[in-house]
Amino acid sequence: MAVNTDYLLHLADNALILGQRNAEWCGHAPILEEDLAISNISLDLIGQARMLYQHVAVLRKDGRSSEDLLAYFRDVPDFRNYTLLELPHSTALAPTASGERDYAVTVARNYLYSALMVLVWETLQNCKDAQLAAIAAKSLKEAHYHLRYSRDWVVRFGDGTEESHQRIAAAMAFLMPYTQEFWDHSSMEKNAAAEGVGVEPASLRANWEAEVAATLMLATLPAVSSQGFVSQGKHGVHSEHLGYVLAEMQSLARAHPEAVW
Amino acid sequence: MTADTALSLPVGPIEALPSTDPQYAVWALLESVTDPEIPVVSLREMGILRAVREGAHGLEVVITPTYSGCPAMGQMEDDVVNALAGAGIAARVITQLAPAWSSDWISPEARNKLRAYGIAPPQSTACAHASASVVQFAARRPSDAAVIVPCPQCASGNTTEISHFGSTACKALYRCLDCREPFDYFKPY
Repeated sequence: MAVNTDYLLHLADNALILGQRNAEWCGHAPILEEDLAISNISLDLIGQARMLYQHVAVLRKDGRSSEDLLAYFRDVPDFRNYTLLELPHSTALAPTASGERDYAVTVARNYLYSALMVLVWETLQNCKDAQLAAIAAKSLKEAHYHLRYSRDWVVRFGDGTEESHQRIAAAMAFLMPYTQEFWDHSSMEKNAAAEGVGVEPASLRANWEAEVAATLMLATLPAVSSQGFVSQGKHGVHSEHLGYVLAEMQSLARAHPEAVW
Repeated sequence: MTADTALSLPVGPIEALPSTDPQYAVWALLESVTDPEIPVVSLREMGILRAVREGAHGLEVVITPTYSGCPAMGQMEDDVVNALAGAGIAARVITQLAPAWSSDWISPEARNKLRAYGIAPPQSTACAHASASVVQFAARRPSDAAVIVPCPQCASGNTTEISHFGSTACKALYRCLDCREPFDYFKPY
């Protein structure tokens, strides 16, 4: 079987970058319960990324791949995560990216991604790559919890106060165009799907849209257009934000290569 | 025993092994290895310890992770190796992902120990899936909740969820509305 590590790296990078972004709330979340929750989700995502990177390292058999090398010693164009996942948490209502973190943006992003990943892992748990199928079966259980958590908060914000409604509506309007990237054609996904070791997200689109529409309605939020620029993160063309994420995440490993503790 | 038959067992087969079996001693030694975050239950009772077998390079102990990011996995590996090394047995720990660990594998005796320790044991995953799509807010009255989690302190069913995520990846945070004590609930997984 031809080894398609590009697709595995795409899945791993998604989990790692969102895990890293969510971890920015650790010690800073609005209340203690949310601090624990978002840190737990972060831990699940980084755990998923580790399993996927380890799988890539085993498949490549080149002696030059390891989970640490893949996470810490690749640069922005090497990463294949969705642009959606690297954006800052700054409020969608702020004029600049250096605005304050907004939990509504965090919740909306986790919701849009988890709603997709429940469908992706469901499909991949039956794929031909036994190790990927095992990772998918574990990750699916976690994705269900992430979806439930983020969906609850989308509904509570939307159906809450005037301010929470305004914030989650703005977050959805800001993030929704980035979801077009899910459905954008990529040979990396197409090849993996053709080999039975991947899935083309476009085949999951109707189910994803139905889930999102039902939640927006429950949250008393208006339907949101996804029209606009189609981001290209999964092709390796990223926003300016990923460089800052990597700089923070990779600096320790690069300053002290092979450090252990 | 082949790896396949060992992995299909819900918990370790120590009860099924005759005490003369060479692996009986290994299982017996591993009884002392507890979950690092829940010291009242053993890895076997948690369903984490899956198999003991002779591999190509000597004795192998197979464990399976609970949550993907569980930070206690490294500690568990070390604890298994150390428990056996203390008895002069060298073993390698193999981490196997499939079949994915389920909270349904936690043994009945471990569920009682969890409850006595102050952690509500998990409901079956089948129950949990039925309620997975229900939007369940902490402020909701317990009668609206699809799954009732009895308080481990006073056994009251009048409890409410404070947060989906608790002190570790595997737990949610609940509160009893009768005895007013907060408690951890081991989430169905």
